[in-house]
This record gives sequence, C-alpha cells and structure tokens, in this order.
Amino acid sequence: METNPSIYALNIRRYRRIWWSMAAVFALLCASLSARAELSIEITHGADNPTRIAVVPMTLAGGQLPGDISAIVSADLDRSGLFRTMARENMLSFPRSMAEIQYHDWSVAGIEYVVVADVQRPAAGRIKVTFSLAQVAGQRQVFTKFIEGSDNELRDIAHYISDTVFEAITGIRGAFSTRIAYVTATPEGGARAYRLLVSDADGARERLILKSKEPILSPRWSPDGRELVYVSFETRRPAVFRQRLSDAQREQVTNFRGLNGAPAWSPDGRSLAMVLSKDGNPEIYLYSFASKAFTRLTNHFAIDTEPTWTPDGKALLFTSDRGGSPQIYKLTLAGNQLARVTFNGSYNARPQLAADGRTLVMVHRGEGGGFVIASQDLVTNDFRLLTQSALDESPTVAPNGAMVMYTSRQGRRTVLAVVSVDARARFVLPSQSGDVREPAWSPFLK
Amino acid sequence: MTMKSLTNLFFAGFVAMLLAACSSTTPESDAAGSGLGGSGSGNGVATGTVGDGSIGGADAYDAGGLETVFYFDFDKATLRPESRSALQGHAANLRSNPKHIRLEGHTDERGTREYNMALGERRGNAVRDFLVLNGVDTSLIEVVSYGEESPAAAGGDESSWALNRRVELK
Repeated sequence: METNPSIYALNIRRYRRIWWSMAAVFALLCASLSARAELSIEITHGADNPTRIAVVPMTLAGGQLPGDISAIVSADLDRSGLFRTMARENMLSFPRSMAEIQYHDWSVAGIEYVVVADVQRPAAGRIKVTFSLAQVAGQRQVFTKFIEGSDNELRDIAHYISDTVFEAITGIRGAFSTRIAYVTATPEGGARAYRLLVSDADGARERLILKSKEPILSPRWSPDGRELVYVSFETRRPAVFRQRLSDAQREQVTNFRGLNGAPAWSPDGRSLAMVLSKDGNPEIYLYSFASKAFTRLTNHFAIDTEPTWTPDGKALLFTSDRGGSPQIYKLTLAGNQLARVTFNGSYNARPQLAADGRTLVMVHRGEGGGFVIASQDLVTNDFRLLTQSALDESPTVAPNGAMVMYTSRQGRRTVLAVVSVDARARFVLPSQSGDVREPAWSPFLK
Repeated sequence: MTMKSLTNLFFAGFVAMLLAACSSTTPESDAAGSGLGGSGSGNGVATGTVGDGSIGGADAYDAGGLETVFYFDFDKATLRPESRSALQGHAANLRSNPKHIRLEGHTDERGTREYNMALGERRGNAVRDFLVLNGVDTSLIEVVSYGEESPAAAGGDESSWALNRRVELK
C-alpha cells in the first residue's frame, strides 16, 4: 500500500510529490492529445424514463480552465443511460451556487436536478470545485461538496463529481472514475501491431501498456487495480504475463507448451485461475503467486476455458463444451463440486460476474446465429439478451454492476460499446483506429 | 536416422529456440498514467523493439510444393478428406528427413476468443495426430493455437471465415 498506484491520483495530498513529477510530463502530453480527447457519444438506445438533470457550466471567474468539467460530467451521466442532461444552450441561466438557482426556470424546462459549481484557483495550476446538487421539485439542496486537484487532474475532478451526483440520486456507487484495459490490432507495415492500452472508463486518456507484433489478449485487472495480467504471443507461443501499471515491471508467469490462456486474478489477489493444455487438453488450473505451484482443477477431454471468479473467491465459473456445446459451469473449490449454470441455447461462453455475484453476463449465440451479450440472474435464472448485433464479444461488468462493456463489429472493424445491465441504454465509444478487443473494466480504484 | 543425428537435431532446435527467446524480449511498454515515456515519442510511450522471434532458420522444414494450409468446417476440428493426400506427403517428407515443424491452428472470428484459442489447438492437434499416425515423430511437432487472433482474411462473411478456419504447417 505504500507506493502510489499512480494511475489513480485523486488522493493528492498523500501522493502529491510523486504526482508532481509526473504531472509536468503529463501536462505536455495532454496538451498534444487534447485535440482528439473529447469523445462524442452516440446513444443508440436510451432508458425509457431517464432522470432529467442540468449540469451548469463550471467556469473560472476571470480565467481559463484546461478542460470543460461540466461537459465531462454531463457525458458521464448520459452514458449511464439513467440520466438525460440538458443542453447548455437551453439553459436560461448559469447559476454558480445554490442561492443563484431560479427553481421555476428549471421546473418549467422539466429538469429534476441541477448541479451548480463554484470554481476557484487556490494556487497556480490547482483547481478547487465546490459543487452542489439541487433537487428542483423540493427546491432543496441535496449536498454541497468540494474537490481539489491539479490542472492535470481535471478529468479526475469531473469524474469524481459524476460519481458523487450519480450515487446521491441513484443510490448506486458511481464508476466513472474507473478505467478500462483493452487490446487494439492495427495494420502496420503489412503486418499487425497489437497494443494493450488503458484508458479512463469514458475512453479518454488512453495510455500504452504494451505493444507487440504478436497477438495480445485476455487482459484482466488485479483486484487492487494496480496490475494487469494478460496473454502475449511475443515468444511465438501464448504465455501469461503480469505487469505493474505504475512502472511497467512485468513478469512472465507461464511458459508451457500448448495453451497458456484466460488468466483471472482471484479476489484475494493471491492466485490466478488460467487455462493450460500442457497435459494434453485445455483444463483450468490454479496458480499460486506465493508457491508458484499450478494445481489442476478440471479433468475432462472437453474444452474447459475462460474461468472467472465468484466475488467471494470460493468458486469459478468457466466455459466447457463437455455437454456437446459450449455452456457455463460452476466449480465450487471446496469439495470440487461442479454444476451446469446455463441452459438457454446452444452457445453460452465467457462468463463474467457482476460484483453482486448474482448477475452473470456472457456471450450467447442467438437463434439467428449471431453472437450477442446476454445476462442471467443466478438466483431467479431470468435470462435476458442485452444486445442484438451480429457479433458482440467480451463482456465486462463495471465494478458497480450498472453497465456492461463489450466489443461489437461495425462493418469491417470492432468497436467498444456499453449497455446498461437492464438493457435499456446502449452506446458506442467511437474508437481509435483499428480493431478494439477485449475490454476489461477495472475495479474501483480507491 | 541415427540416434546421434537425432540428438544433434534436437540440440540445434533447442539452440535456435534459445536464440529466438533472447531476441524476442522487451516489447514496448510504459507505466500507465505515469506519462514518463523515457524515449518520448509523440504519444508519450517508451519505444523499444520486439524481435520477430523466428525459430528454425536454416533448419526450417521445406514443404517441397505441398499444400501447407488445411481448412476446417465451422466449430469442427475434423480433417477434411481433401487434406489427407498433402498431409501424407508431409508425413513421408518428415519420416525421411525429420525437421521440427509448427502447426498453427486458427479459427474464424465467431465465438469467444479463448474458446477459439482452444478450438484452434484442437485443429492443430487433429493435423498432428494424422501426421503421427503416419509415422512422424510426435516430438518434432509443436502445435500453437492463435485462435481468431491472426485471420488470413479480414472480412466478416463466410468466404473470409472459411479461409480463416485453418491450420498452417510451418
């Protein structure tokens, strides 16, 4: 816990010194990247009855901010599918505090909540935002809070405001301050370049973790959000690597013949579940970081792959075609009990569980032959299709369980898309060049 | 093939693999969020090189004009009848002149990536088993699955998918 995860630096006071050294470099980088920084979000399908909210522009009296905080907050809230924000040009006034809110104006416009903020510069290069959430119907303040950071943390400040507002209204912890890891494949000099990247959950501030001429796949986060584990073919065989984000220190975990794949970090951080075929057939193994020992968990001539942990760390869900087609099974570690989990259709694979341990998301082959994202409530067994494209893959659940990110084929390439877990809101993150694969949503980072 | 020449062959292969391993380290990477890109390219990442890690070199298998790509049906790992004659030719070559070969298994893009990784291995194993059945020393063969990660054709239709469901003998 002593070193700064440094990919997450809102906790400024404690990590200020480290952050400052990075910030100087980062400022230059951000400036050069800012031209393409703001992603436009296309809501393909909104919630039926989203909460109407106005995020009033947050400006510095007599000064310029290095970014548009309220635009970032509005985009966050819109992407959740649970909110529809008011366009700035439709606002009759730009109040900066509770006292300046003209409730009648917002009420007439159908707005339920208003976010107002006072922005100050407590010191050069520092931003302090004092923000309030007002409920229009009750003409009351829900809260007033403040957040302070450096200019380089403007996006962190905005996401913090989004998280706070989101939780106050929905009761669900916001996940706007989280990150995603993903892989891109880009044509480069007649071959492909594979990149493992990490960005904010909204796609901004993309950072390179690894670049290779050989495939990279299956990135997963450590439970503390400071490391990634992934599969790289850089040795011309698949091998599992772990890599720390703060200093890029990496370690090759496996080097077996055959499959070395689908690593999944245990919730306690002590082990990896993964797939190895070193004994002739794809089986699920447990790797202990402490003992460096591999323990075989499955033993079947079928394909067993794509293990994922239950949040309590007591069981694994995985894909197996032992029943004749790929389906999801649950292996309880104590007693090695196995149970089949999915029964809808002939193809259910790549399980991922929400943090509640109850909502299972997966890739499902629909009746028309297309691959879509589906969810299943493990208590009621209620099965639901979340998407309806032809080729959707790699679902990953936000740590608050509200959203599922996945990849979707659009024409000749794949893009990142997000759907709310109730399937009511979907949008596409307009991407970077090349194919985007295998998003992995980080845990909460602080 | 004497025991001695076999031993030499294995040793040569082993050295080649060691060399390959040495030349294929240090992919580009950077501390996420640190923005400390040492060599400072435009997007703030450190740059390094990734060797192509070629193994084999002068000792590579010469297919002698035989077909080296073998295609499969969707979600199947069964050899098609038309693959057999070329594979029997390879088996004859490898019996008379043993070389290390790689069988790289591939799938189309449908289905999940790690499941396809396993399916690609199944296809590679099907080719391996056929070669072994035809007298090839199993220790000469390494099966490596690339799943859907290295498609031969980029399209999203059946004609492209059919080209991607394959095993390449190298």
